[in-house]
Amino acid sequence: MTDATLSFEEAMEKYDPVLGFEVHVELNTKTKMFSSAPNVFGDEPNTNVNEVDLGMPGVLPVVNKTAIESSIKIGLALNCKIAEKCRFARKNYFYPDTPKNFQTSQYDEPIAYDGYLDIELSDGTMFRVEIERAHMEEDAGKLTHMGGATGRIQGADYSLVDYNRSGVPLVEIVTKPIEGAGSRAPELAKAYVAAVREIVKNLGVSDAKMERGNVRCDANVSLRPHGRERFGIRSETKNVNSLRAVEHAVRYEIQRHAAVLDSGEPVTQETRHWHEDTRTTTSGRAKSDADDYRYFPEPDLVPITASREWVEELRATLPEPPAARRKRLQADWGYSDLEFRDVVNAGVMDEIEETIAAGATATVARKWWMGEIVGRAKNADVDPGQLGVAPATIVELNQMVEDGKINNKMATEVLDGVLAGEGTPAEIVEKRGLAVVSDDAPLLEAIDAALAAQPGVADKIRGGKIQAIGAIVGAVMKATRGQADAGRVKELILERLGVEG
Amino acid sequence: MTENNELIRLSAAALAEKLAAREVTAVEVTQAYLDRIAAVDGKVHAFLHVNADEALAVAAEVDAIRAAGGAAAAELHVLAGVPIAVKDLIVTIGQPTTAGSKILEGWNSPYDATVVERLRAAKMPILGKTNLDEFAMGSSTEHSAYGPTHNPWDLDRIPGGSGGGSAAAVAAFEAPLALGTDTGGSIRQPGAVTGTVGVKPTYGGVSRYGAIAMASSLDQIGPVSRTVLDSALLHQVIGGHDPRDSTSLPDPLEDLVAAARTGNVEGMKIGIIKELHGEGYQAGVENRFNESLELLKGAGAEIVEVSCPNFKYALGAYYLIMPSEASSNLAKFDGVRYGLRVLPEEGPLTIERVMGATRAAGFGDEVKRRIILGTYALSAGYYDAYYGSAQKVRTLIQRDFEAAFAKADVLISPTAPTTAFKLGEKLNDPLAMYLNDVATIPANMAGVPGLSLPGGLADEDGLPVGIQLLAPARQDARLYRVGAVLESLLEAQWGGPLLDKAPSLTDAAVSSHGGSH
Repeated sequence: MTDATLSFEEAMEKYDPVLGFEVHVELNTKTKMFSSAPNVFGDEPNTNVNEVDLGMPGVLPVVNKTAIESSIKIGLALNCKIAEKCRFARKNYFYPDTPKNFQTSQYDEPIAYDGYLDIELSDGTMFRVEIERAHMEEDAGKLTHMGGATGRIQGADYSLVDYNRSGVPLVEIVTKPIEGAGSRAPELAKAYVAAVREIVKNLGVSDAKMERGNVRCDANVSLRPHGRERFGIRSETKNVNSLRAVEHAVRYEIQRHAAVLDSGEPVTQETRHWHEDTRTTTSGRAKSDADDYRYFPEPDLVPITASREWVEELRATLPEPPAARRKRLQADWGYSDLEFRDVVNAGVMDEIEETIAAGATATVARKWWMGEIVGRAKNADVDPGQLGVAPATIVELNQMVEDGKINNKMATEVLDGVLAGEGTPAEIVEKRGLAVVSDDAPLLEAIDAALAAQPGVADKIRGGKIQAIGAIVGAVMKATRGQADAGRVKELILERLGVEG
Repeated sequence: MTENNELIRLSAAALAEKLAAREVTAVEVTQAYLDRIAAVDGKVHAFLHVNADEALAVAAEVDAIRAAGGAAAAELHVLAGVPIAVKDLIVTIGQPTTAGSKILEGWNSPYDATVVERLRAAKMPILGKTNLDEFAMGSSTEHSAYGPTHNPWDLDRIPGGSGGGSAAAVAAFEAPLALGTDTGGSIRQPGAVTGTVGVKPTYGGVSRYGAIAMASSLDQIGPVSRTVLDSALLHQVIGGHDPRDSTSLPDPLEDLVAAARTGNVEGMKIGIIKELHGEGYQAGVENRFNESLELLKGAGAEIVEVSCPNFKYALGAYYLIMPSEASSNLAKFDGVRYGLRVLPEEGPLTIERVMGATRAAGFGDEVKRRIILGTYALSAGYYDAYYGSAQKVRTLIQRDFEAAFAKADVLISPTAPTTAFKLGEKLNDPLAMYLNDVATIPANMAGVPGLSLPGGLADEDGLPVGIQLLAPARQDARLYRVGAVLESLLEAQWGGPLLDKAPSLTDAAVSSHGGSH
């Protein structure tokens, strides 16, 4: 069953959206939050675990100091205050992905609180998002529900559980309610999550790969009629795991809420599941503020104390803030304001930086990312960084063009081959027979034919109107199915006609 | 009495000397204890598992090292080859760990508790795992899912709890030493009612890693023995910082053995806690307590009275904090990863229902009672009134101790208000059962160390009475210093260890001993 929606424009006309985000960041510490087991993604299930992660009888947690450091750095980068003393609590609930049947998480004493993040929207508008808190917790294991149609626990024949992720350190960043975004709400949502991702990536505290779940976003949306102060009832769309999805999910929920409110019904307070294929959400678990997790301070851990000296030491290690970094990168790369903003809005600033680091010039990197890859990502409905183009691939393609082995047109074809998984650029050139024709004989043959077919043009060139050469070059390229080096063709034409280039 | 029978009556310290002097082998000692277990444990039921093969192998290893001499022999721990029993709440590789519960029946830990690692490092043969109230919840060992342990002084009576198995094993000469755990008195109260010594160290003094948690902020592992010096020797083995336990103290361990060997109370101030004797305490318990005070006074101690007015709230607060933490600590026993799994007899097989059926079948009544109590106390809307208030009481108790220790170097009280009661007597009266721990609970609430040692036999029933000593946090050495003095004064009076007066369990005529009424 699909929910009714209003058009976004109509929704905006009638209602004012209020947003809120909970972004979970997986830290890339060597070991887990409370155990010495490795914190590694993607290994054989249930291998990166020890007795602590499995919740064996008698085990005790020990806090990972690096995780604390990372959390403080995140807090500082989000302009938060850092608690001098804070504790972990136990969040008690029975679920098989949590081996102790409680999650060790900070509750009423977060390590970082009261911060903000200034977000730049696509047209340069700045928007301040207030950060309520950033707190530490441990990740749960991963359940895979087998059998049944939905992949959910309901209707499954059985479920598999992988505790490799159990105990992975997480920092949950919670915003205060975000008011006043209006119709920019979906865009702000995307820009906010992108900014958080950029911060944790630059800090080096997370691998920050959304497709791997290193950064996961729960998006809260509520609507209220324009002019009303009281918030509407919110929905919480869980695990929206790409920047585009964040934007789409917020947009969809605004439209859905608007339709519910228009029908005179109250919005249900619940979690929603995001479906990338249909770009819709479906109802999850009813969630009320009365959920009772029986929190109490974790008695197996002593309070964490963050001395002011330590905090200042960590502050001194922080990398340049994103805004300063952007300024520096724009200057380094020599992009115009418009060019740079396009790059940022397309979400390929990091990719361009990596491509330049791999050996490309700023112009070449921009040409490929903005000219080729962003468009393909849009068609494929993924973030450009997730399309699967490695910086080295771009460097290799560009080198082939510069060496005259292939031309630009062929290079885009090779890129498609790379994305189709046909191999490396060199392999694809080989397989598809895409070498530039460098033997002059077949070119001269085609040139002679073209000159003979267009005698008027040939005369113009002879008469000094060299710009007319394009028509002949075009015909030659057509005859050689694009495999000629256009520069060489030009030289040969002039030579044939006895004109100095 | 056979020669082996003499061997098993030796203290751990005396055994250690004989082993070092090669007057006896570790295998002989271990075998003597295994024989004793075989002879009497059918009556006492102190052990849930006997670990004969491994114990003998470790003993043989010690003997081989000693026989070879050289550096390896010289480096052997003083207790190498001295056997020990381990409360079955502490996990061990190679032996089952049940926590006295059906829910863990047949479970084998893949790792050793830190204290067990330390026993192994000292090459102490582990005789087996001792009985306890399920998950250490009880004061009589009657709540074990594997049947009660019997008090060696009178097999119809309780050996105390939860560590009745460890205390009874030591009292019945089935082991010279044992490990216990003490959350509200589970080492000290069994010590009192079995005529043995038991110590609850300062919270954080001994690593809890591998002790199945009941109430994390109260639990502490400690020694069980027949003499004060033996407890000090064992405490020295298991104590000290452990990076795997965040609540473990970083301080280096004091020389507790030296404290026990050089006991002295001259000029010491010993405080009687006004609230922990008198009304509610059995007359025979009071008499033995007063006798001990006189002996200490005679040895040069000054007896002062201190008041701890908030101790009257200790029991109530304890029965909120302990079940609250226990309700969370015991959540992991759900049949998903290890231990018992029970499928519901009817209806759909959902994970929640399997967890529910497993916990319904696997936990006993006392455990369920505490889980329900704790779940309730932590619930939204009740947290402040119950858990929150209980934590405030805890602070008040700590302040009472601070004030008391400003006036006295150590505090003294009877360990338990009564001598051992009859099996079954209080089983249906949880409140009466809980009252048994009224004198031991304050130490857990404040994290201070406590020691119970035999104070003699009560006049009315001829059963052992325990004397409790309490010291400020991290001052465990004071307990040994004072305990050793009192022990030697009392033994001089008795003409030998109190346990010499215990009935022989191998005498066929004596199956049950009622004392001298």
